[in-house]
Amino acid sequence: MGSSSSRMDHIPNAEQLMQETGFSAAHILRLYARFEFLDKDERGELRPEDFGALRGLAMNPIGDRIIGAFFSRGKETVDFPSFVRVLANFRPTETNTIRDGGQSFSRTRKLKFAFKLYDQDRDGKISREELLQVLRSMLEQQVTEEQLQSIAERAIQEADLDQDDAISFEEFKKSLERVNIDEKMSSHFLR
Amino acid sequence: MLLLGLMLLLLPGSQADPQGEPLPGAPLVPPVLRGPGLGSSSPLQEELGASGVALARSTVEEEAGPGDPEAGEESSHHGGGFRVVQWEWSYVQTPYIIACWLLVASVAKILFHFSQRFTTVVPESCMLILLGLVLGGVVLLANKKQLYQLEPALFFLFLLPTIVGDAGYFMPARLFFDNLGAILLYAVVGTLWNAFCTGFCLYAAKLLGVIDERVEAGLMDFLLFGALISAVDPVAVLAVFEEVHVNDTLFIIVFGESLVNDAVTVVLYKVYISFVEVGVENVQTADYFKGVASFLIVSVGGTLVGLVFAVLLGFITRFTKKVRIIEPLFVFLLVYLAYLTAELFSLSAILSMTFCGIGANKYVEANISQKSRTTVKYTMKTLASIAETIIFIFLGISAVDKSKWAWDTGLVSCTLIFIFVFRAAGVIGQTWVLNRFRLVPLDKIDQVVMSYGGLRGAVAFALVVLLDAEHVKAKEYFVATTIVVVFFTVMFQGLTIKPLVNWLKVPRSTNRKPTINEEIHERAFDHILTAVEDIAGLQGYHHWRDKWEQFDKKYLSKLLLRKSVYTKSELWEAYQKINIRDAISVIDQGGNILTSARLSLPSMASRASFPEVTNVTNYLRENGSGVCLDLQVIDNVPGAKVEEDSETHHFLAGNLYKPRRRYQSHYSRHFMPLGEKERQDREVFQRNMKIRMETFKSSRHKRHKKERSLKKRRGSDSKEEGGVDKPRRNVSWQDKNPVVVPVESDAEHSDAEKEEDVGITFIARKPETPKPRTKSVPAALEGCESPPPATPPSPPSGNSHLPWKGGVGSPPPCVSVEATKIIPVDLQRAWNQSISSLESISSPPGPPEPLHPRVSALSRLGGPRPTSYTPPGSFASYIPPGPASPIAAPEKKMEKEAEENEEEDEEEEALQEVQPLMSSLRTPPALLPPPPPPPGHGPPGRRRGPCVYLRSLMTSPPPGGEPHSRGPTQL
Repeated sequence: MGSSSSRMDHIPNAEQLMQETGFSAAHILRLYARFEFLDKDERGELRPEDFGALRGLAMNPIGDRIIGAFFSRGKETVDFPSFVRVLANFRPTETNTIRDGGQSFSRTRKLKFAFKLYDQDRDGKISREELLQVLRSMLEQQVTEEQLQSIAERAIQEADLDQDDAISFEEFKKSLERVNIDEKMSSHFLR
Repeated sequence: MLLLGLMLLLLPGSQADPQGEPLPGAPLVPPVLRGPGLGSSSPLQEELGASGVALARSTVEEEAGPGDPEAGEESSHHGGGFRVVQWEWSYVQTPYIIACWLLVASVAKILFHFSQRFTTVVPESCMLILLGLVLGGVVLLANKKQLYQLEPALFFLFLLPTIVGDAGYFMPARLFFDNLGAILLYAVVGTLWNAFCTGFCLYAAKLLGVIDERVEAGLMDFLLFGALISAVDPVAVLAVFEEVHVNDTLFIIVFGESLVNDAVTVVLYKVYISFVEVGVENVQTADYFKGVASFLIVSVGGTLVGLVFAVLLGFITRFTKKVRIIEPLFVFLLVYLAYLTAELFSLSAILSMTFCGIGANKYVEANISQKSRTTVKYTMKTLASIAETIIFIFLGISAVDKSKWAWDTGLVSCTLIFIFVFRAAGVIGQTWVLNRFRLVPLDKIDQVVMSYGGLRGAVAFALVVLLDAEHVKAKEYFVATTIVVVFFTVMFQGLTIKPLVNWLKVPRSTNRKPTINEEIHERAFDHILTAVEDIAGLQGYHHWRDKWEQFDKKYLSKLLLRKSVYTKSELWEAYQKINIRDAISVIDQGGNILTSARLSLPSMASRASFPEVTNVTNYLRENGSGVCLDLQVIDNVPGAKVEEDSETHHFLAGNLYKPRRRYQSHYSRHFMPLGEKERQDREVFQRNMKIRMETFKSSRHKRHKKERSLKKRRGSDSKEEGGVDKPRRNVSWQDKNPVVVPVESDAEHSDAEKEEDVGITFIARKPETPKPRTKSVPAALEGCESPPPATPPSPPSGNSHLPWKGGVGSPPPCVSVEATKIIPVDLQRAWNQSISSLESISSPPGPPEPLHPRVSALSRLGGPRPTSYTPPGSFASYIPPGPASPIAAPEKKMEKEAEENEEEDEEEEALQEVQPLMSSLRTPPALLPPPPPPPGHGPPGRRRGPCVYLRSLMTSPPPGGEPHSRGPTQL
């Protein structure tokens, strides 16, 4: 990273990104290097296949969904700013703890990200089927379908407040209100 | 018990082996414990025999324990030949004293908890120390000499391991490893910092003249003292923090530190001891490096020993399926062996035990049975609790003994100030460093609590007592100071930490189990973070944890877990646990009547949905049950979505009660010979549960609509309850049945008497359960007496009476006068009725006789009877069998009747909710003046139980023409 200043230059919108996401220049640089590494064709964009090439991700039970979360609707590719913005969701929020609003904002953002992983049809609700799909992928083959059903049933029961047989984002948030999201959804290395 | 035995073992050992562990505190060993006969184990045995030996010994004892007048008495009595009653005090002395101490400690605990308000203010540890002070004072006054003291060997080999073992085994592993960085930093750097700073500053204070000249101590002595006084003590921390309930992170950091710093303390202590012994002048530079190397070896070695034992433990528990009863023993033994082994190689024993516990917990808990799990839990908690109690009491007692310590105000006050200041400074400094890396920084409040929570305790005391007074001249001063420091931290800080925590509004731990949503989502979060770290190309914590989990899954779990367990999913387990918890809380809340709504209540969040709202609230109001429910909240929720809810309940119910039901199906077979009463109770209870669940299931669709269905269900419940009475009586009756009865006209009479002997219950209980009777007798009669239009099973039931007629009908079926006296009238009437009915029906040829397997089994059992039992195919139902077997036939008939009853009852069970017609059919026979049945008849009618049980083992055939269809397949 000796040529940080010069490399900083050819990152598009670096300044703006740093402001927006709160990443330091070093972070941006490192992420950019990573971005270029992933971008095998050097097109300045990542496609789902680029992510799929990662071995760890291929073994992740819900890896596909997480990859999907990087792509905004209808788009086949993700450019560097969007890539950074997605990753910014996982920054810990220690700088914002002073302001009360900051923490809850970050919390909401993190939860939103997780929620979207469940909510594949993006109708703002986790339906039973959607929950089942996630469960199915997370639980592997050890659990029978019936067991899955009952777990999903129970989970929806628990969280569903307005009796619509689905978990809305508000309900999702509520069901996790006692969990320290900041801790559970932050990566040490993105601060 | 274990503790007791272990302590017993210890006492001889510690005496006989003074050279192994340096025991400079030997003069401190209480005289009572060194009582003769305890010096080694062999005299103990001698003592059993010759009284002469005992005499000699008892004189010695008189010197040893002048406080025991009994000992002297004993000596005077001995030597006078055979004595009927002997006073064997010296024989039982040690275990007796130990048991008494345990008793005192336990009773003290009870007393403390009498006053609720008091215990919320004053921590138990304080109370125990105070009690110890009082007891010590009493003993001192009585004896002029302190008899008891906290002995290092006892402490390190028995008391401490029980506490550490408990702590390690039940350590929340995830939390521990999530905070491992912080724990290690505080434990290693923090302890070193404390030790050095305290040591150096004390030395400086000495040089400045603050500490009196009498304290003969050099730099090394002070450093040594600093090392032993600086370690945060796990026992004290546990005792105080468990009552304070700070949040999990804070607790695990302080407590983890107190466990892990053991390695540092042990090494520093040993290094300094050796330095002090050889003299500071002779210490070479290389020795310092050796000290560092020794630290690494002690800590890493201890950890490795622990992990090896953890693997061993996991592996062993894989194969304990056949010997469930000793599963807990393996856990205790191996965890304890981990401690001892580490101690053997002078590695960090606490580290070893902690990691053994943490490492093995997951696999052991999965391998061993639920009962063993409970046993392990309770035994460990009991032992740890009692060990803690003893430690604090003995600390108090030890403090009273003035001969052991010398006071120096300068030293004491300096030490107090220094350890407090350096603890605070160390915490702040380290936290500052740590917060640069921590995801969730530790804020100021956390730091205050951590500084304030640095309690010193028994470890420091035991270490200081272990010091060799020859090398460490100022030992007595150090002992005094340590006692004061321990007392100050435990009593003063322990007392004030609660108000402090309240005042600072430290986030408390919520004693709350995760909901299923949290389980699911947190798992998802882990996956997400792992993926994000992968994408961002960072080898973060989650990356490594993921790696570890994969390794665990691939190799470790395969090696250490049973196959059956291995295939289970964690999430599914969590789900089941939650369900079971719900179920338990339902029952705890007085679930004598299970409503579906209540089934779902407990674990739900307060705002969770209650579709059957009106139902629940009304029900609760009606019954005034003790369930704490915010009725307002429930009322506000609109009712809907019933279908789903009931489905969940169905799941819950299924999960809950399946085991019991399965159990029940075996029940009659295994518990036949049990005591009548117990079996009845149990059976009724179990059956009630089953029936309730069933009625609940069958009626659950209706219930949310109509309130009254609830009532109805309850009514049916009681009916069923009554019905339950039947089987067991019959079972008992049948038990005695094989008794051979003479074939005479009086056969019935004697038979009835026999029955009465056994069946006193059924006669006596008759008024209690009128309904089952009406149900059972008619069941037999329905086919014959009452017109059988609507009931399909009636024709077969008619047929089934034929063998009866054939069997007993041939001898005159009259009831003798004597019988009338003994046998209840209605039974007789039932008997007569059935006889007449049988005679009236005897025309149709019976189909191949359906014979219950049980009958055949009985026939095999009964000696004289088998002749009557021809295979059912050849057994023409209405051909009377030989007069030689009068009882066999009735019995078989009973069996058959029972079978039919059972079928009918079953049908009733199924239909009673739906078909009012059925119930009306059921009642008429009850209302009719029942035609007199034979004495043998009433009971058989009720005999439904065994068959029910047997039937449930078989695949249930469709009701209706059962006897026909089933008969052949059985034989």
